[in-house]
Amino acid sequence: MVFNRREFLKTAATASAALALPALGSRAFAADAIKVGALYSQTGGLSVAEKLLANGVMMAVAEINATGGVLGRPVEVVVEDGASDPKTFSEKASKLILKDKISTVFGCHTSASRKAVLPIFERRGAMLFYQTHYEGFECSRNVVYSGAVPNQQLANYIPWIVEKLGKKKFFIVGSNYVYPREMAKVSKKLIEAAGAEWVADEYLELGHSEWAVMVSKIKESGADVVLSNVVGDSIIAFYREFKNQGLSQEVLPICATVTSEIEIAAMGAEYAAGSYTSFPYFMSIDTPANKSFIDRFRTFVNDPKAVTYHSLEAAYFQVFLWKQAVEKSGDLSADAIRAGIRGQTYEAPGGKVTTDPDNLHCWLTPRIGQWQADGQSKVVNAYPAPIKPLPYSAYGETESNLFCTSNGLDAAKLKG
Amino acid sequence: MLDILFIGLSLGSILLLVALGLAITYGAMGVINMAHGEMVMIGAYVAVLSGIWLKASLLLAIPLAFVVTALLGLLIERLVVRRLYGRLLDTLLATWGIAILLQQAVRLEFGLSFFGIHVEGLGAGLQNVAVPAYLQGTFRLAGADINAYRTFIIAVTAALTLATWFILYRTAGGMQVRAIIRNPNMAAACGIDVKRVNAMTFAFGSGLAGVAGVMMSGFKTVFPDMGTTMVVDGFMVVVTGGVGSLFGTILSSGLLGEINALVAIGTNDILARAVVFGVVILVILVKPSGLFSFKGR
Repeated sequence: MVFNRREFLKTAATASAALALPALGSRAFAADAIKVGALYSQTGGLSVAEKLLANGVMMAVAEINATGGVLGRPVEVVVEDGASDPKTFSEKASKLILKDKISTVFGCHTSASRKAVLPIFERRGAMLFYQTHYEGFECSRNVVYSGAVPNQQLANYIPWIVEKLGKKKFFIVGSNYVYPREMAKVSKKLIEAAGAEWVADEYLELGHSEWAVMVSKIKESGADVVLSNVVGDSIIAFYREFKNQGLSQEVLPICATVTSEIEIAAMGAEYAAGSYTSFPYFMSIDTPANKSFIDRFRTFVNDPKAVTYHSLEAAYFQVFLWKQAVEKSGDLSADAIRAGIRGQTYEAPGGKVTTDPDNLHCWLTPRIGQWQADGQSKVVNAYPAPIKPLPYSAYGETESNLFCTSNGLDAAKLKG
Repeated sequence: MLDILFIGLSLGSILLLVALGLAITYGAMGVINMAHGEMVMIGAYVAVLSGIWLKASLLLAIPLAFVVTALLGLLIERLVVRRLYGRLLDTLLATWGIAILLQQAVRLEFGLSFFGIHVEGLGAGLQNVAVPAYLQGTFRLAGADINAYRTFIIAVTAALTLATWFILYRTAGGMQVRAIIRNPNMAAACGIDVKRVNAMTFAFGSGLAGVAGVMMSGFKTVFPDMGTTMVVDGFMVVVTGGVGSLFGTILSSGLLGEINALVAIGTNDILARAVVFGVVILVILVKPSGLFSFKGR
């Protein structure tokens, strides 16, 4: 993988240079800077992934400043380190909101860190922009969710696996925590609706990397497709063991919901070739907008081999959604941003995104990618247009029966 | 059934690879080496780096990793462990500190990242090692699909165990190590240079861990924290088998590996781990000094 401390320092330097440049040039800003927060782990186990996301935010801010800022004012990012620890996340969130008087924070990566800061944002009336795909089952008026929820990864994925790949028996496997279990709930409904069946639903400890028994179970199960909700380092050991036990992606493909360009690079692309992943964004999306995004990102982090992936793209475009919301309301308060962002649309590198007026999650375009031997995906299926986010789809939420509305969560529906 | 037993054997042999080095250093020196997992990690990084920089295959990385980690072990023994003999808790703390230092060193590319120098293969990110084509896939044996790479691990473990046995039981140096295991003071009184033998034992144990790291790199992710959890598994084996007993270490790793595989196949991996720990607790309750141990010490 390509990230290290040196590059982070460089990135930070580039970012500050980009912030400073317009002020030095002809377009001096008239007013004070607008402060926003970037709350990601710069240290600890999660920093490898989260530094990339911080870079996505910094790059967007640099670009916004280069074209005149927001409301004619430059944007200044206050970076805080969550240190891969939910408690630190909540302390730093308080610091950003209370001490720095910031009303908008871009940040958090794991659900644990998001849940840790959520009460602070709700109590103090600030907005969190959260870019990572997650398990849904959340409805907050203080969070804009720009990553996918389960229905946006699975709604087209499962029927496609059944119809186009002709697979009838699913082996569902995941890491043992909330995201994979929620994904499994949605999957089971969709699998049954598509006229297929699931033969097993198994979990491994988070970070577990001994796959011999599980792969052997998959082999014995009679399944013809594996639906993987495995996260983190375990993914790499899984794909490697899968191939080492002689299973072929052609006969028994792994269809994953988490595996991205990052994990593929870390496992060695030959182990993943032929498998599938569903995400709204892939680095391989062949549009001028995405190519330009990749080029700009590589220049920004000063690494010609840097890879882009779904959460990074969302970290980037959510800053533009925020900008548009502020400009529409003309105000920086959380209430104004919330009012401004409802229905806000932006042409992201991966295509059009819209903030849902009801649940503040983003409308995204589900895509299915097949991994190739070069570590990139080939997009084999894509929805013609973005689809509505349904954070409670595992509990029966549908487009005509919303659980999360602009007035908040309709808890009565959740019980029923 | 044969394939389940095979998986158990492979799990056991991985346990044994990690435990072998721990067993002889703990047995001979009474040192709980918390940095043992980091030796495994360094071994794995030797495989990564030799793949990138020397285009060397996994096979060549085995002797390389042995030499590198044995030398590193020698250095640690000379600089730190030697000064702390007989102070069990202090060695525990010191080697734990060394473990963290080693992790950070790899993460910061041995400090070079501060000077803007990037060593490809090091750093905080995940790494992988290519497994030669002839070790991938499976072959059929008695009606079961047997995984080639895991067979290779079992073979390497068997060879290393045999070599360790030979050194311990068939060489003069080995006899000195065994004498020290039984009674270090008496051994010293008989003219054995305990310091020198201890240093060699520590280096050899570290070298074994390095080889374990190379083997792991073929199916696990290589990253700076990878060794942390392995020490626990290693000690589980050492304690169950009986401190200082090579035979006990071999048998208990096989036993725990098979229990793990059988329970995991019958139920799931999470429960299997719990059962393994349950068995270990039961063993040390019933036989506090392990299944196979000497009197004395």
